[in-house]
Amino acid sequence: MPDGAPAEPEAATLDPAQSEILATLEAELGEGVIEHTDALGNLVVRVRPEAWRRSAEVAKAMLGCDYLSFVAGIDWLPAPAPGGDDDAGVEPSAPVQPTEMTFGAAGSEGRFQVFAHVQSTARHHGVTLKTDVDEAKPLAESWVSVYPGADWHERECWEMFGIGFDGHPSLRHLFLPGDFEGHPLRKDFPLLAREVKPWPGLVDVEAMPEPDPEPEPGAVP
Amino acid sequence: MSTTNPPMPEIQLEPGALRHLAEAQVNVELDTGDMILNLGPQHPATHGTLRLVVRLDGERVISADPVIGYMHRGYEKLTEYRTYPQVTTLINRIDWLSSFANEVPFVDAAERLMDVEAPPRAQYIRTILTELSRIATFYLFLGEMALQVGALTPAFYSFRDREYVLNLIEAATGGRFHPNFNRIGGLKDDLPWGWISEARAAMAKILDGCDEFEDLVVGNEIFQARTRSIGIVGGELGAAYGMSGSNLRASGVDWDLRRDGRPYLVYPELDFKVWTHTDGDSYARYWVRLQETRESARMVLQALDQIPSGPIRAKVPLIIKVPAGEAWSETENPLGQMGYYVFSKGATGPFRVKIRSASFSNVSILPWLLRGAYVPDVITILASLYFILGDIDR
Repeated sequence: MPDGAPAEPEAATLDPAQSEILATLEAELGEGVIEHTDALGNLVVRVRPEAWRRSAEVAKAMLGCDYLSFVAGIDWLPAPAPGGDDDAGVEPSAPVQPTEMTFGAAGSEGRFQVFAHVQSTARHHGVTLKTDVDEAKPLAESWVSVYPGADWHERECWEMFGIGFDGHPSLRHLFLPGDFEGHPLRKDFPLLAREVKPWPGLVDVEAMPEPDPEPEPGAVP
Repeated sequence: MSTTNPPMPEIQLEPGALRHLAEAQVNVELDTGDMILNLGPQHPATHGTLRLVVRLDGERVISADPVIGYMHRGYEKLTEYRTYPQVTTLINRIDWLSSFANEVPFVDAAERLMDVEAPPRAQYIRTILTELSRIATFYLFLGEMALQVGALTPAFYSFRDREYVLNLIEAATGGRFHPNFNRIGGLKDDLPWGWISEARAAMAKILDGCDEFEDLVVGNEIFQARTRSIGIVGGELGAAYGMSGSNLRASGVDWDLRRDGRPYLVYPELDFKVWTHTDGDSYARYWVRLQETRESARMVLQALDQIPSGPIRAKVPLIIKVPAGEAWSETENPLGQMGYYVFSKGATGPFRVKIRSASFSNVSILPWLLRGAYVPDVITILASLYFILGDIDR
């Protein structure tokens, strides 16, 4: 698996609270837990799509995670190069993302993932749950029946990534106008401002009246 | 010009007709129909462009549907096209009343990914400025909430005293609202000369002001009548909706990330009390925020006493590249839990940033909370939940 952060050496460094969370999830979900890792002190557990809602139920009922922080999606498709394919005239300070598809903590099977963070207000722990979403049929189980607050988060995720939620009462636009087409947070959805003008930082450079006689134009005071 | 009206036409009534009319009004249930009322998107009582579509039966709300997105600026998309130092400029504008506090979790996430730690003095200054943002945010609330239920005077007091805090923030950072003062690895500048004694004096004024609000608003009979048992949220339901911060603490949930979360800034060094209230109504939310304002002023005073000398920035490369990985960083912001889930692929900019803003979840409970409320109480509830539109729409 092309995984950026190897999970094996970190798996042993879970603190007792995290090991307990993981043990409970594994006991309840069985095969549903695919992988886990510790991402800078935050336990990330990846579960199978069939176990997505069940994992929320377990988190709420058995781990005491009464608080839903968020539900969100991610598109792992490599980001488009800034300024299109021709690399002439691209400002080198524009962020350039790697061109091959890599996945974050606990890995992923394909392009789309849904991840969520739940916490316990009494026991002060939290866990990030992830699940894979099939690109051909982007559908995940809804958490609304477990956490009512998932309603808006899932609506946002649906409009931004086009990931549907099975069991959601009414998936409709939240931020965007009702007739908006496309899913803006997908990586293949272009940011039009950047298509028109590749990197706005260039404007500042061009606006300077005349270059300083200093020999080092790249020097920062 | 004639000033007399034409004579009234005479109406002939059958005998007994008036009796029937009277009966019709008393005994027959009239179908009044529901009325749909649009609150906003442009209305002073909505604190920005929140639109509420409320279905009314008489004075009672049957259902309420918040329509958000009028201020959606697509920050999650924009972060993918910017470098890490540029992102802090953007996230200043999420919750514009406490911009400094917004920067902290993002910078914290980037620092943890880079394995850089800001020096102690920078941590102290960050803590002080975060708490000052909290005071500024809550002071606006303390006046504005009273304004929404009909008391004009507290609003003037709050704006007057808030100015002391904003002046301090401006003196330290150069910006009253959008400091953009955090750098990965530290801060832009050290505190100016004489700032610490100024801050001490301002905190004394804030503590006095809090006493004034306690007398003027919290102890006010009319204020209590307008807010007590209005908009009650249970702690369990609030948490399941993702409600956080003072709103959740006013519902009896004793949970504050400054004390209970992963330790950040210098909160473990400070001695402070987490205030809760068991009622969960609008009054409780006001009361908790008032106590927290006072507590914040005390925390600033403590931090001012303890602040060490030393550098304000760790050594970081000129071009910041954040190693691949992901980090979840959350802080207790004035409005509640603010978090950033940062995905990095080793570039100069983040691959994706999930922005978890407090108001978004705080407001998502409105359809449940407003059901059955009276129209004037809708305004009270909206004011007591205290949201910033930029924090909802991002």
